[in-house]
Order: sequence, then structure tokens, then C-alpha cells
Amino acid sequence: MNIAEQIVAGDVRATARLLRDIDDQIPSARDILKELYPHTGKAHVVGFTGSPGVGKSTLVDQIALRYRQDGLTVGILAVDPTSPFTGGAILGDRIRMQRHFLDSGVFIRSLATRGHFGGLTRSTNDMINVLDAMGKDMILVETVGVGQDEVEIANSAHTTVLVTVPGMGDEVQAIKAGIMEIGNIFVVNKADREGSRKTVRELRTLIELGLRRRVENGWEPLIVETEALKGRGLEELYSDIQKHREYLRANPQQLNEVLWKRARNQFVEALRDQTLRTILDRLNNRGVSLDALIKMIMNKEADPYSLVHEILNEELR
Amino acid sequence: MERERNLRILVAKPGLDGHDRGARVIARAFRDAGFEVIYTGCHQTPEQIVSTAIQEDVDMIGLSILSGAHTYSFPRILELLKENSAEDITVIGGGIFPLEDIPKLKAMGIKEIFEPGAKLQEITAWVGENVKPREGIGA
Repeated sequence: MNIAEQIVAGDVRATARLLRDIDDQIPSARDILKELYPHTGKAHVVGFTGSPGVGKSTLVDQIALRYRQDGLTVGILAVDPTSPFTGGAILGDRIRMQRHFLDSGVFIRSLATRGHFGGLTRSTNDMINVLDAMGKDMILVETVGVGQDEVEIANSAHTTVLVTVPGMGDEVQAIKAGIMEIGNIFVVNKADREGSRKTVRELRTLIELGLRRRVENGWEPLIVETEALKGRGLEELYSDIQKHREYLRANPQQLNEVLWKRARNQFVEALRDQTLRTILDRLNNRGVSLDALIKMIMNKEADPYSLVHEILNEELR
Repeated sequence: MERERNLRILVAKPGLDGHDRGARVIARAFRDAGFEVIYTGCHQTPEQIVSTAIQEDVDMIGLSILSGAHTYSFPRILELLKENSAEDITVIGGGIFPLEDIPKLKAMGIKEIFEPGAKLQEITAWVGENVKPREGIGA
């Protein structure tokens, strides 16, 4: 069996190693991804996003347990931040997921955001595809919880769950811009805390304000209060995710929109990354140092636009 | 062009003692040395540790132990790695060990043991020199 076949057969080691190669941007990983792509499209991808500390890991742990009770297999991708100074990272999401370590029906991978060296993004989409091809029924992606990631996840997931907690005050205000539009389900976690109801009300108001635009889509975002640690509200969250999944199934046009978004996102990402990689490699082979170019720009000996123009003329002839 | 390759390290605490200050300090030191550290908390069984190491595709497992449980857990972890054809993963230990155990642990395949008093710099430098990110699996 080659590596792609091993992965499709559910081999954990082969899967783990390919994920590493994708993360490390080893070119041969692309060839394996090509072979795996026809085997993707069966999993339902749920993205969990929200500020650090709102309880995303604990929710993912609990909901994974619920899917296991249904006999569904689960793949989890949990992202934590890379230190911008050292490039190192502490990936601690697994601490909340210990009960799944010996369950062969759950595959957990911790990821660092890494530095996006040379402008390349680490592709969560590729990793989702690998877990999908591996045969996982549900794929849960936990974002790092800050910045751009929160919106990007909506381009990768079928269902996006936005997690918040009571009493963050401006939190709901911050949610309003952009992020409000990506949540299919809103979770108010740590709902035993004071102000939970108020947060729910505020969310509902915001959803209703934004609803006029969305009503034709037919999906009104759901709000659920949870106490992830105790498992309270988890059954409701589970059934809300099911509802969204069934809604997509019953509305081919909406499902198509999601699939279109995912496909476009994957294509553009692959195009961008491989083009950039190819050009940087060629420059390197010609003995052009990236550092030297950056230095020229920094010292105002050249401008970035002309340099790119020149390079593209040279490399894309 | 230089590929972005980070060492991936699992810092794990086998056994029943819950004193993970040391494990946290070393996790942080590894992070500051530019490594990606997977930290899983206390009370890990050898089975959990090896399963995590494989799913996370780490280059090294650093075991922190104070309880004396190393006589069981260290050989068991090495055995499980072997069963899973993952004996290429380097295993080191840190903590409190009876002096006479250290040569035994090294003989069974623990690459290095760091005792109380070992400097963080010394440990991270050892890792940087002795553990390399593995090669790609190829098509």
C-alpha cells in the first residue's frame, strides 16, 4: 500500500506523518493530497471559533464525546499560537481532551499557527481533506481564537459555531463586525456566570438586526447556553449542529453555496501558495536572495511593486 | 528556499504525582528555544503518551517524573513505541531518579536523563543537537 492508500484505510501513523509534511511544506505532500482528493467530501466539518479562554477546547471535547456515543468517528484540529519571537509554541488544547487519547475513533492533531514564512499560509483546508479521506465522519476545527482565523474558518467549515461567554461587555460589539455574519450557531458558554441571559438577549438583537439580509437564506442563527465543563447545554448544541446539517441537506442551493465557497477557497489557496513557492524557489535557484531583495526595499533602493513586476516578467514568461 | 521545519516535542507526565511545575517550566523553555511543544497535563498512562506522540507526529518525548514510576512507565513507553514502529522517536527523561537507575534507563533506550540542577539551556541545547525534524515521507 502506498501512503495515500494507507490513509484511506485509516492508518493513524501515515495520516499523522502526512499532516506533518503539509505543515512543513514538503513538496511530496502535494502528490499525496492529489491522490486523496477523490476520497474527500464525506465528512461534516464544524468550525469552533471565539476569543481565547471562552472554552472552545472543552466544548470540542464534549461534543466529540457525544458523536462517539452515536458511533461516529471524529477528527479534531486544534490550533494554538506560535510565538512571533522564537517560532516556538505550546500546544495545550489536548489537556481538555484526555479521555479521547485511547479511542481509536478519535484523531486529534494540535497545530501551531506558525509564522506564515514568506507569506504562505498553513493550510487548514489540506488537513481537513486528509482527515476526511481518512474516513472521519465529523471534523471539528478549533481556531486559535484571534484575528483573521475567525472569519477564515467559515470558508472551510460546513457549520460555524461562534463561542462567547457572559460579561465580556464589548465582546458582543466586537462580534458584530464581520463575525456576526459567519456564525451559524452562537454558544454562550460558562452560562452559570452572571449576565448570561443578557448576552443571549444582545446576541438575539444583533441577529435580528442582521436578519433582513439573511432571511432569504432561510437559516436563522441559533443561540445556545452551555456549561461545557459540566456538559450542560451540550445536547442542545449537538442537536443545533444536526439541525444546521439537515438544513443544508434539505436546501441544495445553500449546500451548494457552502461547497462552492470551500472549493474556491481551496483552489485560490493552492494557486497562491504554489505560485509563491515556485517563484521563491526559482529565485533561490538563480542565486537571488530574498533577504537581499527585502533589504533593497527597506533601504528604499527599490520599491516592492517594481521588483514584483520584474520578477513576474522574468519567471512567468 | 528554506522550508519551515519545527521540532515537535511532547512533554508528558506519566504516573500519579500531580506536580507539573517542572514539566511546565521545561515546556516553556522548549517553546522559547523555537520548538513546538504539545503539553498534555498530568496523570498520563504510557498508552496515552504513545498514542499522542504518534497522532502528533513528534520528534521527541520528554518525560517528567518525580514519583519513582519510571521503572514501569519508561520501559513500557519504549515497548509501545516499538510495537507501533515508532522507535525513531527520541525519548528523554527529567526529574528525580535513584542514581543506580540512570544507566539502566539509558541502556534500555532512554537517550538522556536530566536531574535536578540541570540548566534549562543545557537541556534545550542537548535537544537542538541531538534531535532533528524527520525527513518527509515522500510520495
